[in-house]
Amino acid sequence: MVELVAKSPCGGRLPVEHGASRLSEVAMTRLTSLQPKQGQEKALSQALKSAHGMVFPAPNRATGKEGARAIWIGKGQAMLVGPEPDAGLAAHAAMTDQSDAWAMVRLEGAAAENVLARLVPVDLRQTVFKRGHSVRTMLQHMSVSITRISDEAFFILAFRSMAGTLVHDLETAMKGVAARR
Amino acid sequence: MRIKCPLCGERDRREFYYVGDAVLLERPDPEAGDHAWDTYLHLRDNPAGVTRDLWYHEAGCAAWVVVTRNTVTHEVLKTELAEKRRRKLVEGAS
Repeated sequence: MVELVAKSPCGGRLPVEHGASRLSEVAMTRLTSLQPKQGQEKALSQALKSAHGMVFPAPNRATGKEGARAIWIGKGQAMLVGPEPDAGLAAHAAMTDQSDAWAMVRLEGAAAENVLARLVPVDLRQTVFKRGHSVRTMLQHMSVSITRISDEAFFILAFRSMAGTLVHDLETAMKGVAARR
Repeated sequence: MRIKCPLCGERDRREFYYVGDAVLLERPDPEAGDHAWDTYLHLRDNPAGVTRDLWYHEAGCAAWVVVTRNTVTHEVLKTELAEKRRRKLVEGAS
């Protein structure tokens, strides 16, 4: 019998640290996309709150906390990160298991904002992009979801097939920012 | 050029994909006749000035957006979710 070995999306490339920024992989967990059925937005939000303790996020926002988050990832769509989805949610939303389809990384440190400023065409400074804020945008030429999870830390979701490029682009920018200190 | 996505806010034009004239939302009735369908499919104005077209927020929220813009100045005058525009058309308002 073949022994299958689970490999993480960023497979041994992380963590890395350059200057005042550190990039680490977030261990794969349960990822479920939630798409509220027509007219069921409020009911889904309530079901999500009673089952997992967070409401359905508004556009450009994320709800929940470490271990169980709901991140807005597009028009009429959020990603539940962490918990096994409660079966009751299915009455109000189309749910798709997306575990293993994404790479998840955490970029943190005093220089994290400057690193992202080199790659992302959206203003992610603390003054306008606070904890709980989230964007769907591009990192270089790659579609990503970026969420601020603390004053100095960002949670980034990218397609798993692009994990190598994600790490390379982020690390190149981290080195560049560190070199200018 | 920067386009204001009704959901995401103002974003770089690179995040969007151009889909064509917003007349695509005004699909004629299947029985409307050859003339209406020919016009719908093939006849487009090419104005030096204000135009209205569809953009897809490809690298963002994946919404279809109706963008009213000026082809001469590149000014973006108005943006609206295609979904809303379509609902207005169906309900008979302009």
